[in-house]
This record gives sequence, C-alpha cells and structure tokens, in this order.
Amino acid sequence: MEERITLQVARYRPEQESKPTFEEYEVPLREEWAVLDGLNYVKDRLDGTLSYRWSCRMGICGSCGMTVNGEPVLTCAAFLSDFAPGPVRVEPLRNFPVIRDLVIEMTDFVHKLGRVKPWIVADDEAPPEGAHGEYLQTPEELEEYHQYSMCINCMLCYSACPVYGLDQSFVGPAAIALAQRYNMDSRDAGNALRMAELSGHDGVWGCTFVGECTSACPKGVDPAGAIQRYKVTAATEAAKSLLLPRAAEK
Amino acid sequence: MTVQHDVIIVGGGGAGLRAAIAVAETDPSLSVAVVSKVYPMRSHTVSAEGGAAGAIAADDSLDEHAYDTISGSDWLADQDAVEAFVREAPEELLRLEHWGCPWSREPDGTVAVRPFGGMRKERTWFAADKTGFHMLHTLFQTSLKFPPVTRYDEWFVSKLLVDEGRVAGVVAIELMSGRIETLLGRSVILATGGAGRVFPFTTNAAIKTGDGMALAYRAGVPLKDLEFVQYHPTGLPFTGILITEAARAEGGWLLNKDGYRYLQDYDLGQPTEQPVLRSMELGPRDRVSQAFVGEVEKGRAADSPYGPVTYLDLRHLGAKVIDTKLPFVRELCRKYEKIDPVTDLIPIRPVVHYSMGGVHTDIDGATPLPGLYAAGEVACVSINGANRLGSNSLPELLVFGARAGVAAARHAAQTEPLAGPAVEAQAADEHRRLAQDLLGRRDGTERLADIREQLQHTMEGSAGIYRDGSSLAKAAGALRELQERAGSATIDDPSRTFNTELTSALELSAMLDVAECVVHSALRREESRGAHQRTDFPARNDDKFLAHSVATRDPDGVPHVSYLPVTITRWPPGERIYGR
Repeated sequence: MEERITLQVARYRPEQESKPTFEEYEVPLREEWAVLDGLNYVKDRLDGTLSYRWSCRMGICGSCGMTVNGEPVLTCAAFLSDFAPGPVRVEPLRNFPVIRDLVIEMTDFVHKLGRVKPWIVADDEAPPEGAHGEYLQTPEELEEYHQYSMCINCMLCYSACPVYGLDQSFVGPAAIALAQRYNMDSRDAGNALRMAELSGHDGVWGCTFVGECTSACPKGVDPAGAIQRYKVTAATEAAKSLLLPRAAEK
Repeated sequence: MTVQHDVIIVGGGGAGLRAAIAVAETDPSLSVAVVSKVYPMRSHTVSAEGGAAGAIAADDSLDEHAYDTISGSDWLADQDAVEAFVREAPEELLRLEHWGCPWSREPDGTVAVRPFGGMRKERTWFAADKTGFHMLHTLFQTSLKFPPVTRYDEWFVSKLLVDEGRVAGVVAIELMSGRIETLLGRSVILATGGAGRVFPFTTNAAIKTGDGMALAYRAGVPLKDLEFVQYHPTGLPFTGILITEAARAEGGWLLNKDGYRYLQDYDLGQPTEQPVLRSMELGPRDRVSQAFVGEVEKGRAADSPYGPVTYLDLRHLGAKVIDTKLPFVRELCRKYEKIDPVTDLIPIRPVVHYSMGGVHTDIDGATPLPGLYAAGEVACVSINGANRLGSNSLPELLVFGARAGVAAARHAAQTEPLAGPAVEAQAADEHRRLAQDLLGRRDGTERLADIREQLQHTMEGSAGIYRDGSSLAKAAGALRELQERAGSATIDDPSRTFNTELTSALELSAMLDVAECVVHSALRREESRGAHQRTDFPARNDDKFLAHSVATRDPDGVPHVSYLPVTITRWPPGERIYGR
C-alpha cells in the first residue's frame, strides 16, 4: 500500500462561509512530489472546488506562494517528504486579503511595483556608446544591481514582513528592492524620480530591519539589504538638500 | 456590461507586452487593453532560459542567421518572414537593452553572445540562463510607464466576437469576481502562447493550453503547420523541467548508459573536446531528440522510474562556468533531482517544448480575419517551419509582437467600432453559456481531469517524436469521442469567485480543438520533415509537401486540412547538413 500524507488545507468560499475553515485530504507521499503536486492531486482526484494559483512548477513564475506549516514558501519547491509524516498545513499567504481558498488578493502589491517607477529613466547626456548601439555595462556594473533583478514577485517577503502586516501602506520589500534594481543600474538616471516614493511616509523608514524578507526570499534577493542601503542614500540626499538646495535634484 | 478599447491584446507575456508597447508608441491616443488569464509576470515567457538570437558579432551576418533558420526549419519557413525576422531581431534585442534587460556582458561592457544549436555563429544574447525571465520582467516593468495600457489581470477570454467579416471584440470573465464582460475593440491581438499541455510530458507551464489557437479556430481562422511539435532534447524526468540548450552550448555532452557520446552515430558529426557549431550536441533539436529514440531502440538508454533516460554531462565544465553561465541549471538540478551537475550526470529525456505551428498570419501578424492579429508562439508566421532553432523564439515574440502591435494600431485608427445587434447577440449567448451552461453543469459523470489525462495519453501515443498513419487515424477517432465526453463532464464548482474548475473546463475544450488539428494535420502529411517523422513515410517529399498545412473547422466541428505554398526567396530547398 502506498504511503500517504494528510494535507490540512485552508478553505474559504465567500459565498458559503463567513470565515476560513480547514479541510483534510489524504494524498500519496512520493519522493518527488512537491506540496503543489499534492494540491493538484486533490484538485484532479478528490475535490475540484479547491482554488489556488500555480503555473510553471519550476520556481520562476512566482504564482504558487502559500503558507506551509506556518512558513511562506513556493509550493512547487517545498517537498512533501520534508514534512513527513505530516500533517501538512497549507494556508494562503499571510498579510493579504483572501479571495478564495488559497488565492490572495495581490492588486495592492502590483500597484506598489508601478509606484516605484521600475523602468530605465534615460540620461540624455550619456547616450549609448557601444559599437552596436548598446549602453556599455561591465560585468562589475551588472553585478551591482543583479541580485535585485532576480525578484520573481512571489510576495513571500510581504507575507513575512511584520511591518506590512501592521500597515499595508508600507511600500514593502520587493518594491523597494525593485526600485534599487533600477537606481543601481549604470544605465539609469531616475534616482531622483523614485526618491519621493522611497523616502516618503510609506517608504524605507517604516522598515524596522527584522530581516524576515531576506530570509523568506526563495531567490536569494536581499530586500532588507536594499532597504538599509537606501536609507543611507536617502539620509545623504536629505542632508545635501538642506545644505545645497539644488544638489538633490540631480 | 460592455467596455470599449481600440486594441485588445489577449495574453500578457512577451509578445503581448511587446505589442502593447508598440501600439502605445505608434499612436498614444489609442486605448490598449491587455487581457490575461494570469498576471503578466506569471506568463510562460518567464521560463525561457538559454537566450535570444540576433546577429551582431563582427564575423556574423543576417544571411547566415537566415540560412541557419531556414535549413533548421527543413525549408518549411517562409523566407520573406525569416529575412524580416533576422533583420529586426538585433534592433529589438537592443531596444530591450535600452529598457534595462540585464544582458550578460563581455569584460569591455559590450553585450555577450553564446553558441546555440543549429547556429553556425555565436549570436545568442543571454541573461545568464534566465533570459526569458529577465525579458518578461523588463517588458512588464517598462509597460507600466505607458498610461494608455489598461490591464485586465486574471481575466479569461472565452470567445472572439465577429461580425460583418471582421473582429469586434471578446467576451471575458474576471476570475476574482466571476463578472462576465464584453470588451469591444477595433483590433484584437492574440498573444496567448503555445499548447504544450496537450501532451503529458512537457516543459510548458500549466497555463499553456492553446486558448488563443482555439479562439481563432472557432472564429474560422486557419491553424497552420500544427503537426510540427518540438521536443526539446533535455528535460528532467518526472517534472519535465527544461534544462537549457545553453548547457550544451557551454560544452555539455550527451551520453548514453555506457558513457558514449551517441550523437556521433546519427550523422551529427564527430565528438570533440570543445563544442563545434552546428555539430554533435549543437545540432538542431529535432535531430537530437530523434537520436534519443534511436538509443532507446538499441537498448543503450538507462532505465529510470519515469522511463528510459540518457545523460547530460556538465562535470568537465567545472563549478565556476556552471555558476556563472548556468546557475539556474544547477539550482533546478539540486532542487528537483537532488543532484549536483558539478559532480553528477543529469538524467534527461526529450520533452514537448514548443509549437512551431499556430494561427495563420502574414508577416505583420495579420490573420485572414480583418482586425485579428497573432504573435509569438500562438502564431505561425512562419519563421520556424518544421523545426525551430533554439533562441529564435524570444526574438520572434519581440519582432512579431512589435509588428502586430503597429499593424493593429493602424487598423484600429482606420476602422469604426462594430457594436450592432449581431455582436450583442453573440455576446449575450456567450454570457449565457458561461453563467448557466458551464457553472450549472454539476450532473456530469466524468471528471475534467480524467478526460484531460486521456487526451494527453492519446497525443503521446500518436503524435510523439515518431508517428504513423494508423496510430494517428485511431487518435483522431479517440479525440472526437473525448470532445463529446468533455461537453458533458461535471464541473464541481458552481462558485463565481475564482473558479478554477470553470477555467479548467474552458482550457480542456481549447486543448481538444488544438489536439484534433495536430492529429489531422499530422495524418495528412505523408512525409517526414523536421519534427514530423512518419515511420510509414520516412523521406521528405518536396513535390507534394513543400507546403504549409492549414486546418480549418468544418461545420460539424472536425478539422479540414488543406495546403498553402511556402515562400522561397533566395534559398532553394536542399539537404540539411550538420557536423560534416
């Protein structure tokens, strides 16, 4: 007889329940199976009404973040065998409103990504000078911002962030790391444009530096480091603007 | 409720976002809707790894890129489209550079290029081995600075509206609320990607269910060359996760169970220490995947719980090269196979990866239905013919996404919106179908997942790397029966809120339509060309089949296959030569 493991899955169907409940499902415990494979087994074999997001099942699309046994993880990269003998408790990501079952509402998060102006602001005085018309960027310059460009927008860091949990207006770890991804790109001249958002009321100063975001990140991005680094920039720019009112504009 | 846009783009991956930006740049007064069943950064472009081809090296030329693409296609590509493609690919890749794509660099700061399969020069731009991920995020982030672009994230398009012989808009359902909406538009661009999920073992993400192909097909638009399904030679067993061709471009070897570099037995050249372009492990994907089957038949593949495997050997590259050039390969192997490519062989097997065929378009992405465009994997322009070369699909979605965007913008600026009673009646029918027929269908006897599995099993059994007439004919019958059964399968979930059972039903229906076209087109093509290998017709037959197949929907719902000529400009059909 095949070994099995119990999933305790959070259910919330707003049309029939006023608050979340848990439902238990027995699924095969197989060496290669991720928690997501267990959920797919439930959906396909046991209960078609279970809703959750997933797509690439290789840890790059960022869809399948959930809370498993209390921790925010990508369910395609968390294996059932690591939770044996179970049970495995699967809940939606924390700190977000729940739409249904394991599906959280992410409109606020996506809106925040746009607010930090995550695109190259060209410096008209420094046009591309490469032989093919590209901006030259040495491997060292690429390395400066590279880790911040690795964010897959899975939102595990928001789920782990105690500040965001208390105050949803905090722009939050991934959006700040994204802003820094562009601020530190040698092709970009948009630092000043992003400053209002980053150093304003809901920006970096809200962070109390507990570092939960960095520990939760499945892709080795260090949002906490980005935030601390930006605090130094923001403090320097603020001091400059007091001493030399026009220096901060550049 | 009804809303109106000038251009509606279905799909928010690489092609859709590139098209959206092109519309906004062509005419900022136009309103653009990007309607996608997932948030754009979840789109499957994100999974592309190895790179994007565009000839820029001093020793390279556009003609060489064109020749490699055309010979790689087994001469089925349209050569005018290929010429436009190779010309515009470097410009598009450069545009991505200006938008911030973190391309890997040479020490002097110029863009680096790497070798790739079937390419005679080093011309593949890359961002380590997460090229698609970086391109998609760059496009998404850049799209945010264009105010005319309105996104409908997590909206599922279920129908194209057509009246007076042209496209009028779409009907879509918002997943979060279950709200069904009619979106009217003067132009519609399909950018929904491929259909790999019609097979059981695929690199394709769960969302790759051929939705856009089915939308077009049902609206009377032909699907072209659908029998050409690409198997990527190196997928991880069980998951089907892609191990990029860049692993071989950087010097990886394919070994059978005896440690022998078996490609030398399949007319792909002789093994050398350093990789040689257009040779051995840098051969084209169709030939390398076919060689795997040869090894299995000779008993030289190894056994695994998930069927026969051969091995990808990267050990001689060392940790430094692997960590710099192939970090994602190492991450995926560690996570999903519990092995380390620095010290271990990677078990691999060919895996369904890409659809060369798709919605029939011209060189501007225009389909035969006025106002309807398609770009990216959903479309067949065709630059890929019978076999796509690795690293041509990413520049393809940029070049033809941009072209479709420009053409759709011009069309929209010149046309009046359609909103007559006929469109309203079609929309009302679709609203009713979604809200009543599908959400109320709880009395079926079969599960959607069971039918989907049988569909995938049927496809693997008949339309795999090698095919024959009798299996294909049997599959055609089986698929007909599955169509009937899918129409009455139960939909467990009656909820309006984020109902993924409803989307599964819509996806299954698209998959069945696409699968039928694949099988019928494969059955009719009595020759072997590129990725379509018939054991009963083992030779290429240019007299009869140097032609695109086009499948249209008969009144009774069955595909009808006919043929269109291939455009030959400067490269007459010849022998495909690799490694000699």
